[in-house]
Amino acid sequence: MISFLAQPGGLDALQAPEIDYWAMAPLLIVLGAACVGVLVEAFLAKPQRWPVQVILTVLTFAFAGLTLGLRLTKDPKGLTTVAGALSIDRPALFLWGTLLALGFGAMLMIADRSVEPGGSFVASAAIRPGTIQDRAQAGQHGMQTEVFPLALFALAGMMTFVAANDLLTMFIALEVMSLPLYLMCGLARRRRLISQEAALKYFLLGAFASAFFLYGLALLYGYAQSVKLADIAEATGGTDRSDTLLYAGFGLLLVGLLFKASVGPFHTWTPDVYQGAPTPVTAFMGACTKVAAFGAILRVLQVAFKASSWEWEYVLWAVAIVSMAIGAILGITQTDVKRMIAYSSIAHAGFLLLGSIALNHDGLSSTLFYLLTYGFTTLAAFGVVSLVRNADGEATHLSQWAGLAKRSPLVAAVFSFLLLALAGIPLTSGFIGKFVVFRAALAEGMGPLVVVALIASAVAAFFYLRVIVLMYFSEPAADGPAVSVPGAFTTAAITLGVVVTLLLGVLPGFALDWAGAAGFVF
Amino acid sequence: MGAASLLIAMLLPLVGAIVVAQFSKNEKTAKTVAMAFALAELIPAAIAWVEYDPNGDRLQLTMVADWIPALGVHFALGVDGIALVMLALIAVLVPIVLLGDWVGRLPAGRSYAGYAALILLMEMCMVGVFVAIDVFLFYVLFEVMLIPMYFLIGRFGGPRGSYAAVKFFLYSLFGGLIMLGSVIGCYVVAQNRTGTGTFMWADLVGALHGASTTTQIWLFLGFFLAFAIKAPLVPLHTWLPDATAEAPIGAGVLLVGVLDKVGTFGFLRYNLALFPQASQKLAPYVLVLAVAGVLYGSLLAVGQRDMKRFMAYVSIAHFGFIALGIFAFTSQALAGAVLYMVMHGFSTGMLFVCAGMVIDRGGSRNIEDYGGMHRATPLLGGLFLIAGLSVLSLPGTNSFVPEFLVLVGSFPREPVFTVLATIGMVLAALYVLWMYQRIFQGPLRGTALVGLAGGPGTAQDPVTSKIRDLNVREMLVLAPLVIAVVGFGLYPKPVLDVIGPSVSATMHEVGLTDLVEGGNR
Repeated sequence: MISFLAQPGGLDALQAPEIDYWAMAPLLIVLGAACVGVLVEAFLAKPQRWPVQVILTVLTFAFAGLTLGLRLTKDPKGLTTVAGALSIDRPALFLWGTLLALGFGAMLMIADRSVEPGGSFVASAAIRPGTIQDRAQAGQHGMQTEVFPLALFALAGMMTFVAANDLLTMFIALEVMSLPLYLMCGLARRRRLISQEAALKYFLLGAFASAFFLYGLALLYGYAQSVKLADIAEATGGTDRSDTLLYAGFGLLLVGLLFKASVGPFHTWTPDVYQGAPTPVTAFMGACTKVAAFGAILRVLQVAFKASSWEWEYVLWAVAIVSMAIGAILGITQTDVKRMIAYSSIAHAGFLLLGSIALNHDGLSSTLFYLLTYGFTTLAAFGVVSLVRNADGEATHLSQWAGLAKRSPLVAAVFSFLLLALAGIPLTSGFIGKFVVFRAALAEGMGPLVVVALIASAVAAFFYLRVIVLMYFSEPAADGPAVSVPGAFTTAAITLGVVVTLLLGVLPGFALDWAGAAGFVF
Repeated sequence: MGAASLLIAMLLPLVGAIVVAQFSKNEKTAKTVAMAFALAELIPAAIAWVEYDPNGDRLQLTMVADWIPALGVHFALGVDGIALVMLALIAVLVPIVLLGDWVGRLPAGRSYAGYAALILLMEMCMVGVFVAIDVFLFYVLFEVMLIPMYFLIGRFGGPRGSYAAVKFFLYSLFGGLIMLGSVIGCYVVAQNRTGTGTFMWADLVGALHGASTTTQIWLFLGFFLAFAIKAPLVPLHTWLPDATAEAPIGAGVLLVGVLDKVGTFGFLRYNLALFPQASQKLAPYVLVLAVAGVLYGSLLAVGQRDMKRFMAYVSIAHFGFIALGIFAFTSQALAGAVLYMVMHGFSTGMLFVCAGMVIDRGGSRNIEDYGGMHRATPLLGGLFLIAGLSVLSLPGTNSFVPEFLVLVGSFPREPVFTVLATIGMVLAALYVLWMYQRIFQGPLRGTALVGLAGGPGTAQDPVTSKIRDLNVREMLVLAPLVIAVVGFGLYPKPVLDVIGPSVSATMHEVGLTDLVEGGNR
C-alpha cells in the first residue's frame, strides 16, 4: 500500500484500489461479526449476551464457511486484490478453511459454561490476584462474553496474516491477531497469578517480536524499495543492492515470524503462556496461531526469498534442529500436562519448519496438511485437559492423571489416541502429516535433517507414552481429580478434533488433494 | 476367492476384537466368542494355503486397491511361500494361547475380554504385516502392532509390566521411525529413477535395482535397524528379556513366536530383495551380530534363574541362527532359516506354554523354587522334556531339520561363522537339559512346590502335594503343539515345498547363486 505514496504524483495520483469483496468475503464476515460482537456487549443486557454471542458466532462461521466453499468452486488458481495487498490463492483459502474450522472448535470451547461454571473467564484481567475484589470476581458465575469478539478479531487478524501479500499488511495483521490474544491470556478464572504472568510475558515478548518484524520490514524496504513480497523476490535476483540490508532485514523479519510460530530458540514464552492462559484460549492459540504463523512463514519464504534460499537455508536447518531438540528433550522433564503439550508444540514447530524450508510444491502442500492435522489434534487435546478437574479447577499436574483410565475410560482412551497422534503413530493424522513433510524434505535433499527429525520424534514419543502409562498402568491417587461431565460445546469440540484426527489418518487423500491444489499467487 | 481370503484373514480378528470387547462384564461369553473368532481364522488361512501354488508367481492371491492416491499408497495384500507359512503359524498359535490363558492368569481387576480383544488385535496386525505387499501399509501395521502389545504387557503383565512395556515400545518405535526414513527414501529414489513414486513392493524391487550402492546402504541400514531391534540381534536385544518376562504367557508366546519373526521376515522381504548390493556388502557385519547373538543368547540362557527370561535368551540365540541362515546367501541356509522361523514358533512356543503351566502351579518364575516336579506331574514333565528337546534341535524334532539346513548351507560360504555358531548347539543341550533337571528331576523340593513350612530341599510325599498334573484344557493346549513338534520333525516336506520356490526367488533377487551348481551336496 505504501508504494502508492512513493509514486511520483504523490497523493494526487492515489486512486481507490480495486477490491474484490466476494473473494474477501470470509475475512470480511469474521471481521464484521467481531465488530457486531462489540456492539452486542455494549447494548444488550448481561443475561442476553451469551446466547446472542453464541448465535452470532455460529452464524459467522456458517456464512464464512459458505462463502469460502463457493470461492473454492469458482476460482481454480486465485487472485490478488486490494492493489495486491491480499493474495487470495489456494494456499490462503486452505489456511482460511483450516483457521475457520479450528477457530470454530476453539470458540465452542470458549462458549462452554458448564465445565467451569460461568465459563473460564473473568471480567477484569488487571485486578491484583489474591485481593478481595479478585476473589469476588472469581466467585461470580455470570459468563463474561467480551471474549467472543476478542477471539473473532484475533481470527480475522490471522486470516489476513496468511493472505497478506506485502509485509506492511502482514505487520498490521500480526498486531490485529496478537493484541486480543495478549488480553485473552490474562482472563483465566482460576489461578489468576500465572494467568496474569502469562499475559504480561506474552505481551512483552510479543512486542519485542513485533519490533523485530518491523525493523526487518524497514530494512527490506530499504533493500527493495517496496514492501511487496513479489518485488522483494524480484530484487533478490539483482546484484547491485546491499546484501547486508537483505540479510539483516530477512533475519529480523524471520525472528518475528518464528516467535509467533513458537519455533525454538524463540519459544521461551510458549510453555508459560500455554500453562497460564485459560485452556480454551490455549487451545485457540495452540491450534490457530500456529497455523497463521506458519502460513505466513510459508508465503514469505516461498514467494519472497526463494531465489536466495541457498543463503539462508542452513540457518533454518539449524533453527529447525534446535527447535526439535528443545521440544523433545525439555518435554521429557515436564510435570504439567499443559506445559508438556507446549513443548510438544515446539517440537512440532521444528517438523513444520522442515516442510517450510523444502521449497517445492510438496513442501508447501505437506506443511499445509501438517498444520491442519496438528491443529485439530491439539485442539482436542486441550479440550480433554479442560475436563480433568479437581476442586481448584483443572488438574494439570501429571501426577493427578494417574489411573485416570479406571475412573473415566473414555476420556483416557480419547486422550491416549490424541497423544499417539501427536507422537505420529500410524492410522492417526499425525503420522500422515509427518510422513508427507519428511517425504518433501527428503526429496529436497534434506536427509540429515530428516534423520534428526525422526530421532526427535522417537524422543518425544517418550513423554507422550509416559502419560499413557500414568493413565492406564498406575493406580489412581486417593484424592485425584474427577472428570467433569463435558458440556455439549466441549464435547462437540473434542469430537470434531478426534474425528478429524482419525479421518485424516485413515483417508487423508482428499485433504492432501486440497492442500496440493495450487501454489501461491503473487 | 484366494485374494479375499487374505483380506478376511486380516479383518476377521479385527471384528473379533471389537465384538469381544463388548463382553467385558460376561467373562464366559467373552471366552467363547474370542475362541470362536480365533478358530474361524483357521478357515481363511487354510483356503489361502490350498489356493497358493508354490511354483506359481512370486506373489500370489494379490489384491490391490488405492488407499491414498496422492501418496502412491495402496492397500495391497498378497503372499509368497514365506508369508504364507507365517500366516498359518499365527492362525494356529492364537487359539492355543487364548486357551492357555483361559483361567486365572490375569492380574486382578483385568477382564478376560480386554485381554482377548488385544490378542485378536495383535493377530490382525501380525497377519497384516506378513501379507502386506505395499511398503507403506507394511510400515503402518508394523507400528500399529506395538500398541496392542504395549497394553498387553503393561496392563496384563507382571509387576514391572509398565516399565517393560515402555521399554518395548520405545525400542520398537525408535527402530520404526528410522525405518520410516528409509521407506520414504525408497519412494524418493524410485521417483527419481522411474519418474513415478510408488510404495508397491514389487515395483520398488525393480526401481531400486541398480541404485547406487551408497544409496542402497543408507536405505538398507534404516530397514535393518528396525528389523534388528524386532528380531533382536545382540546389541539391540535388551528390551526382549524384560518384555518376555513381564508379558502374560500368551502374549509372550506371540511375542517370541511370531512378532519377532517380523524382523527376520523383514530381512528377507525388504533388506535382501530391495537392496541386493548393500546386502552383499554388509552381510559380514550382520553375520558377526548373528553369531554373537547365538553365543551370547546361549550363554545367558544357561545362567538364567527366571524361566520367562530364559525363553527370551533362547530366542535371541535362535534368531542368531536364523540371521546366519539369511545372510549366508545359499539356498539351503535360506530355506533352513525360513523353516526355522516357523519351527521356532512351535518349539519355543511349546516350551513357553509348558513353563507357563509350571508357573501356574508354583506361582513363581524362579527356577530355584522348583525341584523334582516330575513326581507330581509326570505328564507335564514329559511334555516339557519333548518341548525342550525340540528347542535343543534333537534329530526327530521339528527344529533339527532347519538348524541342520542352516549349518550345512552356511558352511561352504562362511565356514568360520558356522563353526562358531555350532557351539550354540552344544550350549543349547546344556541350558535345556539343565533347566529340565533342576525343575523336574530329583526329590520334590523347592519353596514354590512344598511351601515355606517344609523349607527348601525338604522332600515331600507327592501324594500329599497339592500339585496336580495336566487337566483336560491344558492337554488340549499342548496337543496341537506336540503334533507339530513331532510331526514336522519327521516330515517337514509340506512346509519346505511351500517355501522352496520363494526362497529361490529371494536368492535370485539378491543376485547370488549357490557356490556349487545345484546346491545340494
